[in-house]
Amino acid sequence: MRINCPICGERDRREFYYVGAAQNVARPAPDAGADVWNDYLHNRENPAGRTRDLWQHESGCAAWLVVTRDTNTHEIFSVELASKSEEATR
Amino acid sequence: MVNLIAKSPCDGLLPVTIGNVTLSERDLGRMTSVAPYKGEQKAVSAVMKDAHGVAFPSPNRMTTKGGAQALWFGQGQALLIGPDPDVSLTAKAAMTDQSDAWAVVELKGPKAADVLARLISIDLRPTEFKRGHTARCDLLHMMASVTKTGADSFQIMVFRAMAKTLVHDLTTAMESVHARVIA
Amino acid sequence: MRIKNKGLIDRTHRVSFRFDGQQISGFDGDTVASALLANDIRLMGRSFKYHRPRGPLTAGSEEPNALMTIGSGAAQDPNVRATVQEIYSGLEVRSQNAWPSLGFDALGVNNLLSPFFGAGFYYKMMMWPKPLWEKFYEPLIRRAAGLGGLSGQHNPDKYERAWAYCDLLVIGAGPAGLMAAMTAAKSGADVILCDEDSIMGGRLNAETHEVDGMPGTDWAARTVADLAEMENVRLMTRTTVTGAYDQGTFGALERVAHHAPRRDGQPLECFWRIVAKASVMATGALERPIAFRNNDRPGIMTASAVRSYLNRWGVVAGKNVAVFGNNDDAHRTALDLQAAGVNVVAMIDSRPDATAIGDYRLIPGGQVTDAMGGKGLTNITVKSASGSESLGVDCLGVSGGWNPSVHLACHMNGRPVWNDDIAGFVAKPDMVPGMIAAGSANGEFSTAACLQGGIDAANAALGRIGKSAAKVTPPKAEDGAYHITPLWTVPHKGRAWLDFQNDVTVKDIKGAAQENFRSVEHMKRFTTQGMATDQGKNSNVGALAILADATGRSIPQTGTTTFRPPYTPVPIAAMGAGAQGAGFAPQRFTTSHAASADDMNAPMIEAGLWYRPSYFPKPGETHWRQSCDREVGYVRNAVGVADVSTLGKIDIQGKDAGEFLDFAYTNMFSTLKKGKVRYGLMLREDGHVMDDGTTARLGESHYFTTTTTAAAGQVMKHLEFIRQALRPDLDVQLISTTEQWAQFAVAGPNSRALLNDLLDDPVDNENFPFMSCGEVSLGGVKSRLFRISFSGEHAYELAVPARYGDSLFRELVSRAEALGGGAYGMEALNVLRIEKGFITHAEIHGRTTADDIGMGKMVSAKKDCIGKTASQRPGLHGDHREQLVGLKPLDSTQELTAGGHLFDKGAEAIRVNDQGYVTSVCWSPTMNTSLGLGFLKNGRNRLGEVIRFVDHLRKSEFECEVCHPVFLDPEGGRARG
Repeated sequence: MRINCPICGERDRREFYYVGAAQNVARPAPDAGADVWNDYLHNRENPAGRTRDLWQHESGCAAWLVVTRDTNTHEIFSVELASKSEEATR
Repeated sequence: MVNLIAKSPCDGLLPVTIGNVTLSERDLGRMTSVAPYKGEQKAVSAVMKDAHGVAFPSPNRMTTKGGAQALWFGQGQALLIGPDPDVSLTAKAAMTDQSDAWAVVELKGPKAADVLARLISIDLRPTEFKRGHTARCDLLHMMASVTKTGADSFQIMVFRAMAKTLVHDLTTAMESVHARVIA
Repeated sequence: MRIKNKGLIDRTHRVSFRFDGQQISGFDGDTVASALLANDIRLMGRSFKYHRPRGPLTAGSEEPNALMTIGSGAAQDPNVRATVQEIYSGLEVRSQNAWPSLGFDALGVNNLLSPFFGAGFYYKMMMWPKPLWEKFYEPLIRRAAGLGGLSGQHNPDKYERAWAYCDLLVIGAGPAGLMAAMTAAKSGADVILCDEDSIMGGRLNAETHEVDGMPGTDWAARTVADLAEMENVRLMTRTTVTGAYDQGTFGALERVAHHAPRRDGQPLECFWRIVAKASVMATGALERPIAFRNNDRPGIMTASAVRSYLNRWGVVAGKNVAVFGNNDDAHRTALDLQAAGVNVVAMIDSRPDATAIGDYRLIPGGQVTDAMGGKGLTNITVKSASGSESLGVDCLGVSGGWNPSVHLACHMNGRPVWNDDIAGFVAKPDMVPGMIAAGSANGEFSTAACLQGGIDAANAALGRIGKSAAKVTPPKAEDGAYHITPLWTVPHKGRAWLDFQNDVTVKDIKGAAQENFRSVEHMKRFTTQGMATDQGKNSNVGALAILADATGRSIPQTGTTTFRPPYTPVPIAAMGAGAQGAGFAPQRFTTSHAASADDMNAPMIEAGLWYRPSYFPKPGETHWRQSCDREVGYVRNAVGVADVSTLGKIDIQGKDAGEFLDFAYTNMFSTLKKGKVRYGLMLREDGHVMDDGTTARLGESHYFTTTTTAAAGQVMKHLEFIRQALRPDLDVQLISTTEQWAQFAVAGPNSRALLNDLLDDPVDNENFPFMSCGEVSLGGVKSRLFRISFSGEHAYELAVPARYGDSLFRELVSRAEALGGGAYGMEALNVLRIEKGFITHAEIHGRTTADDIGMGKMVSAKKDCIGKTASQRPGLHGDHREQLVGLKPLDSTQELTAGGHLFDKGAEAIRVNDQGYVTSVCWSPTMNTSLGLGFLKNGRNRLGEVIRFVDHLRKSEFECEVCHPVFLDPEGGRARG
């Protein structure tokens, strides 16, 4: 598997560190309430299809990335900096 | 007064020549990490260019001038190698002395790229990875910085504490490549 | 039998090797199989289950029968296909799965018991009684059924892995692959051409076809030579592309040194990871047998294998040869044999309308119904419209048609489609993105079609990668039609083999259908069809056809064959190449390593990738505890020196550095004064403790944070996540300086005296009180000094640029020794911190909260931080939780052990009564007792209580006093002294 890092270019996935769902970036406000926090911390979709993952280009530029990919076909649709992802502006 | 004696990271390990490839240690002098603060990259680059002759490098590139290297070293980070950094940079960028943090070696010889292809996963074809190109990548199991410095020479950096493993992994690959050459 | 003037072997170079101890002579260019056949040896193995005598079925890597063990001792290599192994002088080959010998195999008795050993036998018969399974059945089956064995010794061979990149990967160098490579190369693309054979050309080297007016093999050699001249082409022979993976990544196994004696430094194999923008699958096709009674006799092989042995190696497996087929291609075998002067007994074609293409006896509408000959074929029975007859033949070529080699196309879960014209499966486009099938792999069987197919595939691939294709015209070649009428099995009594390697017969497949294993996947698992080294290359399609027939469905209705990587076996040693011995993981050595390990004989202990000294033995000490107790005494009574460089060190700079730290840590750092150090606690977002450490403020916008050794990488990642993803608004930069500084703890009442002997400017309690930090000079070397203590003593940590680490460590130790102290290792460091109740990751193990470790008040109420919201959830704090306590045995001769559990006095020591557990223990020479840290329910309210300690594993049990976790100097006066 190869991931196209927006900074370093396409690299083998061994250089990247997988860290779960992209929703980790959308941190709720401290007073958002128990349900919102519970969702943020514990509840995850597990789709057969399009998913948004958080990865770090650990052995490369160290950028945190949001990767949109298909869990069935392994096709990768987009790779973007986590700071510029839709989750970061939510 | 105490007299502290300096030791290089690869002290006693190098140089090594196997076949037509030579691995030797490089002492590049002062190495300073330069990480510009928000909105300061252009200003930092201007100062670097002015004071040291090398602009802040684009990702995956190294710029050189005289004894100075500006080596791209990660997201928003470069390594200024050679000169003592201009003091005015301190207000514009996080400046961190890394002179002792990295083991620096040079791998040189006609088969140097073949040796590296056994350890790193990036595309080393001469059309893709040219002189002045650099990559942060894995070297077998280590985080490394690999830079093409000439037609058949590469500058390789890993954490200082891993110098022995670096020499082990590189010489193992050098032996393999050489064994194929004489086959 | 060797045939004169045939083959690509070098008859001027005779090569001798040993097979089961017997000296065998062959020629350069022979495989083990061709050399043995040339010497009239057909029996090359015993089958997996029934121990039936077997000879080679094929002449390639798909071989199911002729598996051998190469070499002996530690370097022995099992399950090598004799059809692939090239011979060389000194080669040592042994047959497998036969005892005492290949000719007389005692376990051939299994063959007689075959009515009991059908598919599913294991599952049905051996389930009961259960204890017998482990003790009796399994060892019995493992002994009786099997492939070659491992040596059981350390593998001395060297393996290699490597990466390669190209625009176009061409897999297979037959006519299609060669044309594809040439077309792409002429178009300026970077091309890698891989072929598993030792010479390129594919079937052209095994046929008598002409290409471009010359023998096909010559055309192939010329084309390969032309490609070799081109700078943008890399030719890889003996390299099998074994897997297709995501985003254009391929795995390929290169057999570097299997074809010659071992040489020092040379890798045996190289596992390549090839990244290609596009690929051409020119993997050819594999001929499949037809199932008939006793079709596994040595001497029976595929019709194309007979041709390969004849044309490539100048060998025929018998004097009287017959061919049995259902398609046009099989006739070429009869034709080639006859042209070479071999006696062709008959061409038996199951199609009633078949016509001969040469002057040989044709039996149209004929079928072979039985084969005779125990250890080698002697006769076959042929049935046709004109009756049944017995023919004396010692070699039979069989062709049930050709299966395009679609394996790689299936590796990403794509399913091939059935093509009635060729009665085989072909790949759909883009089953593997960017991969284009060409030639016979695409169901185009004539040489002309393969050559043109290669050009077309290359053109398509070039279009995809945005390169314009050079015009290439295909050379002239035969363009014969391929007609086939499917025949999967000849009606028979007894056993007819489908999967030769796993001894799966037609009856077994029908049995699976009867048992209602109607899905192909279930049938495979019930019968073991298609498993082991050949993965059903010769038999999967046939088995599918039989299953379709048995269940009254068509082949497409029944299912498809699919394949997973690897195409041929890949040794784990090759995939993991380089990771043996010192290559297993990087070794991180501190600058004091040589002084500690080499000069002071300290046993080293691994801490992550780091190596740290456990203790520094002195003459006369016979137990580590003696050394440890002495070193603890150094620190408590004089001065000790320890290398603490392995702690993670991070420079945090920028105008928002303080705010950043406030968000990452539970406590406040923006209020820390310049020149001061503060202890900090870091939570995970779920409210549990992640790490702890000290942070120093070196300047207005410059902090220096330390992490634990174990969590250094994790904390750096976490901080980068906060910086990049959660708080991109903050202007802050993080840089690891772990490797820049060699840092040493100097601890004990004499620590300042030692330091002032070294520092250019002395420190005192006024200018350098507890928890202060600053820059100092050591003989002109700029260094950093921190007055912090992990031992509870008056202590410092002194950091110098790493190049001076070795020198400084030696200076510190010799000066400490002069002051009645010396170096101390990890064991003493651990005792010192337990005596003071300082936590490590034994306590912050991922399930404890700040409140659990008694630091609930460190979660600042004045600000938000990572983990704060979750830490306030009910359940994560309070008296019902297990809280950090100290433990001391009532009887000071008892020793606590980590992992033991705590129970109330009088309560049974069972799970429901569990009150807590012990995380860290030590023998305290300072207090002359065993001490422990642990977690106890409501522990902070139970100080002074007596509790029962039980270690079920080590069988110890005694009573302890619950104490405050700080055993020594709770007021902290020593550290401030």
